[in-house]
Amino acid sequence: MSMPLLRNDWVVMALFTAVVLSAPIWLSPIGAGYPDLLQKFAIFGIFAIGFNLLFGLTGYLSFGHAVFLGIGSYTAVWSFKLLTMNVIPAVVFATLLAGVFAVVIGFLSLRRSGIYFSILTLAFAQMSYNLAYSVLTPITNGETGLQLTMNDPRVFDGPSGEGLPSTTLFGMDMSGYPGFYFCAVLLIIAFFISLRIFNSPFGLKLRAIKSNQTRMKYTGFNTKPYLLTVFVISGMYAGLAGSLMAITDPLAGAERMQWTASGEVVLMTILGGAGTLLGPLFGAGIIKYFENIFSALNSQTLHEIFAFLPDWLENIIVVIAGEFVGEGWHLTLGLLFMIVVIFLPGGVVEGIRRASAYIRKLFNRSETDEIALSAEKE
Amino acid sequence: MSIVLSIKNVDKTFGGLHALGDINLDIEEGKTHAIIGPNGAGKSTLLNCCIGRLIPDNGTVEFEGKNMIGMQPHEINHAGMVRVFQTPEIFPDLTVLQNVLIPALAKRDGIFKFNPFKSLSAETALEADAVHVLEDMGLGEHIFKHAGSMSRGDKRRLELAMGLVQHPRLLLLDEPTAGMARHDTNRTIDLLKRIKERGMTKIIIEHDMHVVFSLADKISVLAQGRIIASGTPDEIRGDPKVQEAYLGGAEL
Ligand SMILES: Nc1ncnc2c1ncn2[C@@H]1O[C@H](COP(=O)(O)OP(=O)(O)OP(=O)(O)O)[C@@H](O)[C@H]1O
Ligand SMILES: [Mg+2]
Repeated sequence: MSMPLLRNDWVVMALFTAVVLSAPIWLSPIGAGYPDLLQKFAIFGIFAIGFNLLFGLTGYLSFGHAVFLGIGSYTAVWSFKLLTMNVIPAVVFATLLAGVFAVVIGFLSLRRSGIYFSILTLAFAQMSYNLAYSVLTPITNGETGLQLTMNDPRVFDGPSGEGLPSTTLFGMDMSGYPGFYFCAVLLIIAFFISLRIFNSPFGLKLRAIKSNQTRMKYTGFNTKPYLLTVFVISGMYAGLAGSLMAITDPLAGAERMQWTASGEVVLMTILGGAGTLLGPLFGAGIIKYFENIFSALNSQTLHEIFAFLPDWLENIIVVIAGEFVGEGWHLTLGLLFMIVVIFLPGGVVEGIRRASAYIRKLFNRSETDEIALSAEKE
Repeated sequence: MSIVLSIKNVDKTFGGLHALGDINLDIEEGKTHAIIGPNGAGKSTLLNCCIGRLIPDNGTVEFEGKNMIGMQPHEINHAGMVRVFQTPEIFPDLTVLQNVLIPALAKRDGIFKFNPFKSLSAETALEADAVHVLEDMGLGEHIFKHAGSMSRGDKRRLELAMGLVQHPRLLLLDEPTAGMARHDTNRTIDLLKRIKERGMTKIIIEHDMHVVFSLADKISVLAQGRIIASGTPDEIRGDPKVQEAYLGGAEL
């Protein structure tokens, strides 16, 4: 960032806060200005920011981060069942418990680096996924998923009235916009912490580990505790995100821990730009937005879109395009991902950087042209 | 004179290769001790045994009275023994200034410190220190450059700066001028002389005899894993064994 103003954290935070809180307004022209999707942006934004602290700064690619997402969701639902429908304890306990699990999983996985680390994290996640469906069914409720019931104690809430209660923030109902704004505030806090870590000596050391870990050891650092600390922070971000998934819809299932969910956050981070502050947010936003649009399309809507073509061509195109929408939208995601990785290895953020450098060059050239012209006139 | 580093009966074999055999060496405080010898003599291996990269099969390495064998590299660094590597070991993805800030932070923060809310830009004292060392090394105008994009000679000087910023009790230099242009070599010699005036003890491995004879108070000659001679520069210059083993009879 070349502008000196942007070096000031508080200016960055003020801008970020304004942009996030006004998202319902500026995202509505592209059809994303409704609470459900906005909330998804915020939740996956938190997940990806946390993932990026580990992967972007240290280069350690966890392929099992969804396990913390799952732990967060289960903890939140249990908090709703046992304690209260208030979301605050749910969020706090989920984040802390994810942190505890991250200590254990991180401690064991970080005994290796590179691909072995990735495989270990993947193994832990798949193990947890399978346990959730088998031995742990009393806690996870197996394939049905963990849900609220009328018999839940909810010791702090007193007897509930008719039907299942809904989640609240000290009495405020958490569905719709309040739910989004709650997530948005947490996203702002999560971003702030990430910003501070990026600009701290701690963050610099993490980047140095990524650059040359061996050298770090001979420079006087024990790299293990650094890696474990950031792994735990990153796991807590995922736990927080997992709990937020349960706040509007208090339901937790094991599929949240599946490897595809772990892979998704990797895609988000790389697509947006690993190791950059804003990249993971862009990545999360883009993937969730496209998922929303493309998975909603079906062959009928495609026929409407391509109705202007001659019938035979329309049919062919709809058949081909049909593979890329609805259930097949992952194909689109795969293509998008390949294009970005091949042509823009630094992700969307690098794209923006290149574009702005290009524009700046254009401006500079026209300026120098003017100077040359005026010089000629004289 | 007190002994800073005392290497006793160190042996190291790699498979069948006897890389080091019964090495005994004492390094005196404040002195510059050069280790010379042909390629593959075991010079780098000896330094690796000192800083915990390799564990010798036999023998002890005592630094200021404490045995270093079995200690972790980062612990040895904090004890005050700092190594500059033969092939530049830097942080290629960071800027030159950040490369020097890292060892400065290590010196201040110790083996581990969690300070995620401290701003790096508030570390003005450390930064001033780092910039000062870089200017000393003649890298003043490169401080915001990507370290990975520098020339090999500049990388070596950068690594030297990374060692110096920690103000080590004992600095181990593995061919600090290899790959440098003559001009930069002379500059490095000047710098190392200045450091010597400040009383820093050094071990320096070098092939360039000009560098060795401008800096060394004492020289040890290593050939095929054994120390074949040790003495003042004048003694070494006149030693026929050295001329034979190392210099192939050439006049020094
Ligand atoms: N880790 C290792 N494993 C196996 N053999 C090794 C290892 N390190 C060094 N050697 C061997 O030990 C011998 C001594 O190597 P060393 O690097 O210490 O030599 P040197 O004196 O530093 O040479 P140069 O002047 O070329 O740097 C060489 O034959 C080398 O091949
Ligand atoms: Mg060597």
